[in-house]
Amino acid sequence: MTPTEIWIAIAVTAAGCYLVKLLGLAVPAGALERPAVRRLAALLPVALLAALTAQQTFSDGTALVLDARAAGLAAAAVALLLRAPFLLVVGVAVLATAAVRALA
Amino acid sequence: MPEQPEHTEQTEQPEQSETSRDDRAVVRDALGVGVAVGLSGFAFGVTAAGAGLSLPQTCALSLLVFTGASQFALVGAIAAGGGPFAAAAGAFFLGVRNAFYGLRLSSLLRLPRGLRPFAAHWVIDETAVVALAQGDRRAARIGFTVAGATLYVLWNLTTLAGALGASALGDTGAWGLDAAGPAVFLALLAPMLRTSAERATAGLAVVLGLAFLPVLPAGVPVLLAALAAPAVLLLHGRTAHRTEDDAAENASVRRREVREGRAETSAEPSGTENGR
Repeated sequence: MTPTEIWIAIAVTAAGCYLVKLLGLAVPAGALERPAVRRLAALLPVALLAALTAQQTFSDGTALVLDARAAGLAAAAVALLLRAPFLLVVGVAVLATAAVRALA
Repeated sequence: MPEQPEHTEQTEQPEQSETSRDDRAVVRDALGVGVAVGLSGFAFGVTAAGAGLSLPQTCALSLLVFTGASQFALVGAIAAGGGPFAAAAGAFFLGVRNAFYGLRLSSLLRLPRGLRPFAAHWVIDETAVVALAQGDRRAARIGFTVAGATLYVLWNLTTLAGALGASALGDTGAWGLDAAGPAVFLALLAPMLRTSAERATAGLAVVLGLAFLPVLPAGVPVLLAALAAPAVLLLHGRTAHRTEDDAAENASVRRREVREGRAETSAEPSGTENGR
């Protein structure tokens, strides 16, 4: 992406994210309260986060790859199972990735 | 959430002091969440700089978007290439959950109409969790305001520090910093994987996201993967019993939100934008 395109992406994201925040505060109570809508809203982040985790671990551009990031993600998963705090989870992933790269 | 306020043992205190003690407990809770989460802005700053964003671009994201998961998603999409609108779409859909926090906060806080456009910017996972955990409107308003202010200031300062630190490091890949983004997503995702529907959604989204990655333009596969959510809901709706009444539904949603909130404030921050 060119710098201009990046700024466009930032502006569109900022506007969109602000408007949905405002929408919640502004619409009359009950408008979005249907169970189906709420269940979809709860599941949508699950789908997006899962896909993003996988893509950013196993891809290089449009190619699927298996590299040191997979070791980092595995280390993060172990840290999460051990109930490590957020920053530690990220730190462990970074360290494991760097360690595997240094050894390879 | 931090420990219970200790005022319960002191019932003989005069009412005035009781109120200020309550207020202090709310402020302490809110500050605790704000500090823990604000620090993770550092990880965002590093990731954004590693993805090739300039310092102004990185800081603009934290100042103007201010919902963690969406910011990480956008940075990842920018690094992967593709068009700006496809990149923004993924980040936007991650931010949609904030509308549902706003909906609940709206009836709880009852903010004056003129204040809502300003308060809206702070409607994210953590402020919602702090406000919804309070017993009354006064405490909820204090919790929302203190958590929002603390988070906003710290998130932006640590974003700046992370971005500056990353450029001093040079090649962020050599330091393993390209693993920070996926680790953040995993940390946000983990507390959400409680039910079979949630696990099925995550599994299907991973398959869709990876399967379409080599064949479709950057940014599009993640949007297709989002369809895992309605797909699982449809299948789940067909097999699930439809006997639960509205009250049971509301109660289970509330329990789940509290659980997620607890998990997020202890294991995670953001959010997010949460998401969140």
